[in-house]
Formats: sequence, C-alpha cells, structure tokens
Amino acid sequence: MPNYNEGLEKYNQKIASVTSQEMVINVGPQHPSTHGVLRLELITDGEVVKDIIPHLGYLHRCFDKHAESMNYTKTIPFTDRLDYLASMNNSHAFVMGVERMLGIDKAIPKRIEYIRVLVCELNRIASHLIAIGTYGIDIGAFTPFMWCFRDREHIMNMLEWASGSRMLYNYIWIGGLFYDLPVGFEDRCKEFVEYFKPKLVELDDLLSNNQIFISRTANIGALPADVAINYGCSGPMLRASGIKWDLRRVDAYSVYPEIDFEIPVGKGEMGVLGDCWDRYKVRVDEVKESVKIIEQCLDRLTKDFQRTPDFDPRALVPKKVNLKSQEYYIRAENPKGELGFHFVTQERTDIPRRVKARGPSFNNLSVLPELGRGQLIADLIAILGSIDIVLGEVDR
Amino acid sequence: MIEQAKKRIIDQFGEEAAIAVEEGLQPILVVNPDYLKDICFLLRDTEGFYFDFLSNISGVDYYPESRFSVVYHLASIPYQTQLILKVNIENERALDQLPEVPSVADIWRTADWHEREAFDLVGIYFSGHPDLRRILLPDDWEGYPLRKDYEDPEAYHGIAIK
Repeated sequence: MPNYNEGLEKYNQKIASVTSQEMVINVGPQHPSTHGVLRLELITDGEVVKDIIPHLGYLHRCFDKHAESMNYTKTIPFTDRLDYLASMNNSHAFVMGVERMLGIDKAIPKRIEYIRVLVCELNRIASHLIAIGTYGIDIGAFTPFMWCFRDREHIMNMLEWASGSRMLYNYIWIGGLFYDLPVGFEDRCKEFVEYFKPKLVELDDLLSNNQIFISRTANIGALPADVAINYGCSGPMLRASGIKWDLRRVDAYSVYPEIDFEIPVGKGEMGVLGDCWDRYKVRVDEVKESVKIIEQCLDRLTKDFQRTPDFDPRALVPKKVNLKSQEYYIRAENPKGELGFHFVTQERTDIPRRVKARGPSFNNLSVLPELGRGQLIADLIAILGSIDIVLGEVDR
Repeated sequence: MIEQAKKRIIDQFGEEAAIAVEEGLQPILVVNPDYLKDICFLLRDTEGFYFDFLSNISGVDYYPESRFSVVYHLASIPYQTQLILKVNIENERALDQLPEVPSVADIWRTADWHEREAFDLVGIYFSGHPDLRRILLPDDWEGYPLRKDYEDPEAYHGIAIK
C-alpha cells in the first residue's frame, strides 16, 4: 500500500533540514504584497531566495461543494465570488457553459450578447486597473494606485447602476440578463470612454515609461514561452511571453468574432521577452483594446440593437434547467487568463454531479517557485505582483 | 481529432490502450490507466497533435457506483484544438485504499497542483507525483470532502464546524 503521507513527510523533512546559514521566512498570509491571504514560505540565503513553497487555502470557500449541492441558477452568485474583481466575466463563462449544454446558446438575442460583452469588457478594464495600480504600490509607486482606483470607481458606479451591486453582480443569467441596461447607460458609458482615453496616456507617462519603474521590472522574472505553456499559464502571463493566445479569438464565443480588436503580446521592449515589464505592458495594452471593444458595442447597441419596449431580457431564462447526463468543459478568456468550468451533469435533476472551476490565477501562481528561485526578495515581490493573482480564485 | 487520436494510440500501444469514445457535445476518449503516461507523452510530442497545454484535471466521484474517474482537458496551442481524456478506476472507497492513477506532473507541470487538488478533495492517489500533499485544506484534515459519501466532522481542533 502506498504511503499517502509521503509528500507531507518530505515537506517536513525539507523544512527541518534547513542549514544554519539559511533562513525560513514567511511572506503572508497577512502581507499587502500578496494581494490577499497567500502564504509563501521562503528558504533564503541572505537576500537570495533559494526556494519558495506556496501555501494556499486560507480563502477556501468550497465552491465545488456548493455548486454540486444546488442548481445551476443558484450557483451564479458563487461564480461571482471566484475572481471577485471580474465577476461579470466569471458568470459569463459559467452561463455560456450551461446554455451550450441546453442548446440555447445560438438563440440568445444579439442585444443581450452585446450587453454581456459590454459589461464584461468594462469589468476587464476595472480588473486590469487594479492589477496595474496595485503593481505600482507593490514596488513603491503610490500615485498610480490612486489614479487607477479613481477611474475604476466610475466603472463600479456604472455596473452598480445596471445590476444593483458594486462588485458581485449576479447580472448575467442563464438565457438572458437580470435586467436590460438602464435608460441612459449607453450615453454615460460613452462619456466615460471619452473621459478615460486621455487618462491612459497619462498612465503611460506616469508609470509605464517611468525610469524607476522600468529599473525595477525590466529583466526581472523572465518567463520563457515553453515554461509558461508547460505550467498552464494563460492570459496576460502567456501573451507577455510572446504567444498570441486569446480565447476570445481562438474559441470565438459570444459576439467577439464580429468585433475588431488586436491581441497585444509582449515584445521585450525594455528587457528580456516575458519579464515583469512585459506582463505589465500587456495589461495596459489590453485596457486600450477593451476600450475599443466597448466603443463598438455601444455603437451596435445604439444603432442596430436598440432597446424596444417589448424587449424582455428574461424571455429565454429557463424555469428549470433540465439536462441529460453529460459532461462539458467551457473555457473563456478572463482578465487573468483561461477560466474553465467542467460540468458533469446528472439525469432527471437540475443539480450537477460535479462542477470544477479552473481558475487562471491558480495555474499562473504555480509558476512562481520556478520564477522566483535565485532572485532577491525584493524582486520576488515584483514578480508576484506581475502575476496578478486573486486569492478568491486560487483558493475557490 | 478524437478519432485520429484513438487510431494513433491503438497503432502505437494496441487495442487495450484506448478503450472507448464517449459521444456527446464534447466527445471524450476513455483510456487505460496503465498506458496513461505513454499516451500523454505521445499526444504532447507527436506532430499533428502537439497537445502542449493542459487546461484542467478534475476528479469525479460516481457514487453510488464504486467508480471514480479523472478527466484531463488538453489543448493544443499550435493547432488550436482540444481533446478530453478520461480514465476510470474501480474502487471500494475505503480511506486506506485510494484509487490510484499515474501522475502526469512530469509531462505538464500544470498537473502538479491540479493533482494535489484532486488528491485533497476527491481522494485520488497519483503515483509518482513529486509532492503529493493537501493543497486547499489543512494538512491534518481527515476525509475527502468532494466524495459523495463524505460526512462533515463535528469539530476541527475544538472548533465546532456544523
């Protein structure tokens, strides 16, 4: 019989055999640069990190267990709490999976799909603004953080207007939406876009091309493309390593095929390809692309798919989700990378047998020991910040 | 894609390696656990497949049947294709006799944490895994919560949790 505690014994052995020259340091679980409750156990020699052992689970809220004890509709609020900075994107992915299993994904009205893409992209900007702002703070720049939060607040207010909640929306429903957009939303959104565009130029001047920032991030933590793929990194992490892989284009879900946007990739402008600066820059460029997507959505929503008095965003919402016994894996591009849901459904009940969420941060974080080995502790913080993790999704 | 993969696997390892194709919205290739690592190496490194990206691993409990399965969701970045592999294991769900599947952590490093999670929550033992510890739950937790016959403990270290 195999020894099921072998891994634990090996780990204990490793910590016990630290030499007197080395030191074990805990970063977190209550450390601001871990962006939540992540604990890193570092084995250091002076200021050089020799090994990193991440400990997860401080924010484990049993998403999988909850999802398999209630029906699909009730699970949507739980998906909001996975990556709580991009709730719209989470529920969009989940809802798309259920809709495809039901076979109603082609019947969803275009107006609903455009609204979904619009709110998802707004949420993507909000999520990236946090990533950019807190990354500045991680390495000692305070002003960008305040500026990013100021702009994000406009998005939060708009989404609150649409859904009634600031961060956890429960707005995208299976087969439709909670409500249509409020009257005047499109105009306010246009105003926001006009306000926001010059702010992005300011941000470039303030942070992207700031010499201190470049010195702290360029050539640090370079992630080669093959390592990134092998560790399952996705989203800006993978694209910063030079791979053009965006599920919005690869899977062409929702109305993304009708929308014109670029996929920014890392170019190694300031140093090595795939370094911290590249990861940061890919996010800044993605915000610019998202602004383009929002403009196109607003254009279509005000011209081709205008609101009509008899438009009911809940017309296709099923009373009960009746599925035959099957399996389905849905993946979608979240701000942090590939969010996947693996459904195993059961016959004659609307409660799934198994729902597994594949969080992008969970996989992106697993590459940290590889990136951080041999770096200085200060650089480790820069690397961790550039991965942009959300613990709600790592621990689920 | 899935038929090509099945044919290639059977050509290489014989009839018993690829057991069946489960039809559905996304077809699933059911493979023999004894050949799992060979099949994964083949699918990752052969031209025409190049499944270099492992999206997800999930362990599934088919209670009340005495059966577990592990599902591997693969993607190929060069060809932009997807493939799903599945292994089924019979097990009587005793806590000292976990279902055993070979680890693929040395093929895709993604598998490292995903297998730890499946071990932690579903109780599947991945033989040959470099660091098989619990990942989301505390190290001294007892039982595997995502098993359908799991019962919550009354207390954990004196803290009532029911």
